[in-house]
Amino acid sequence: MLAEYLPIVVLIVLATGLAFIVVALGHLFGPRKPNPVKAEPYESGMRPYGPGRRRVSVHFYLIAVLFILFDIEIVFILPWAVVLREIKMVGLIEMAVFIGVLLAGLIYAWKTGALEWE
Amino acid sequence: MSLALLIEWSLKSVVIILVILGGFAYLTLFERRVLARMQTRIGPNRAGPWGLLQPVADGVKLIFNEELIPAQADKVLFLLAPVITVVPALILLAVIPFGPEVTLFGRSYYLGLASNVNVGVLYILAVSSIAVYGIVIAGWASGNKYALLGGVRSTAQMVSYELALALAFVGPIMLAGSMSVDAIIEGQRHLWYVILQPLGFLIFLIAAVAEINRAPFDMPEAEQELVAGYHAEYSGMKFALFFMAEYGKMIAVSFIAATMFLGGYLGPFIDRWPLLGPIYLFIKVVALLFFIVWLRATFPRFRYDQLMAFGWKILLPLGLLNVVVTGVIIVLVGG
Repeated sequence: MLAEYLPIVVLIVLATGLAFIVVALGHLFGPRKPNPVKAEPYESGMRPYGPGRRRVSVHFYLIAVLFILFDIEIVFILPWAVVLREIKMVGLIEMAVFIGVLLAGLIYAWKTGALEWE
Repeated sequence: MSLALLIEWSLKSVVIILVILGGFAYLTLFERRVLARMQTRIGPNRAGPWGLLQPVADGVKLIFNEELIPAQADKVLFLLAPVITVVPALILLAVIPFGPEVTLFGRSYYLGLASNVNVGVLYILAVSSIAVYGIVIAGWASGNKYALLGGVRSTAQMVSYELALALAFVGPIMLAGSMSVDAIIEGQRHLWYVILQPLGFLIFLIAAVAEINRAPFDMPEAEQELVAGYHAEYSGMKFALFFMAEYGKMIAVSFIAATMFLGGYLGPFIDRWPLLGPIYLFIKVVALLFFIVWLRATFPRFRYDQLMAFGWKILLPLGLLNVVVTGVIIVLVGG
């Protein structure tokens, strides 16, 4: 059963190896003349101002939490889609209720402004 | 596991990697030539006949570029980020069959690495979401505020459109009654799913273009406001890896769209000459790639708030609607 995935493992090993070789190639052949100004973060030619890592707007976290909710919903929908022909009407009604509940959640997030950017 | 099997898998893996690498090199040239023609320019035509050696020249130039690592960067993550970004693009094609079984010199060959895996669609979804890590790590590790902003924006955009992308896959899964890519292609023998799932195909195209950060959804690398987004600090071969990841994902997404909605390797006379399979697939993929380039030449970039609103308020409800309608029709008509 799991043996079907062995070819994918071979591909992953080869792809990762290639990516590391490409990084190494650049380091082997590229010139290397560092100086302090060159090592500064790029800010369109200005001297860098303030720290490079700032706090991120809390809105992005909200989007991430919403994503996890709806992604789990889709994880439930996928196996349902495979067996829909066997479970027929019962499955359809159950999924309609499930999607309805999550849709109410989406509308709530929408109304409270979680999807707005200012 | 015998040695012969291992060699066969390795050879197939090398072919898949070469398809992405060669495709990447010539897709950059294809894009520049097509864009140039659409803007009534000529495009790169000096290196070799029709500019065919241009990708080679670009590659050699990038190898001999200086690799800068900013002083404030997190060195290990800075080196790892391009690797994490490019590997998913290279391995996405593992579950896509390139053609039906063919018989050559008395042996039958199977043109695909692992397309018989019974959760092929899940594999595509899982692998394509790994690329987000590479981008957010690149943005954070650079220690540059534009890179960080680009990385975070990109992450929010990719997770938002991933929902619509996954919902678009549900239609073909329902019609085929299986998550195996082989079964989905077999289900399209008489009618492509793009005809049964026009809305699903449209959602897939939009979400896929957003997922691979291509114009008009190339928000994370908006040159005018973020200089280059998450890869602002990258140079030389590490920059080339990000570039390779973007074009590799473009190719992979075209392969996936052709397979899920346009019948994959199927076409006229496929049963008589199975070797036509890869040719049909190639034609479909090139058509889709042309479409993506065309989009870039046509549409201006979305504003970020419009982009997020479009993903959550239009594409996600439409995806859910498509799932429900398809489900009702399958249950009532018996599909």
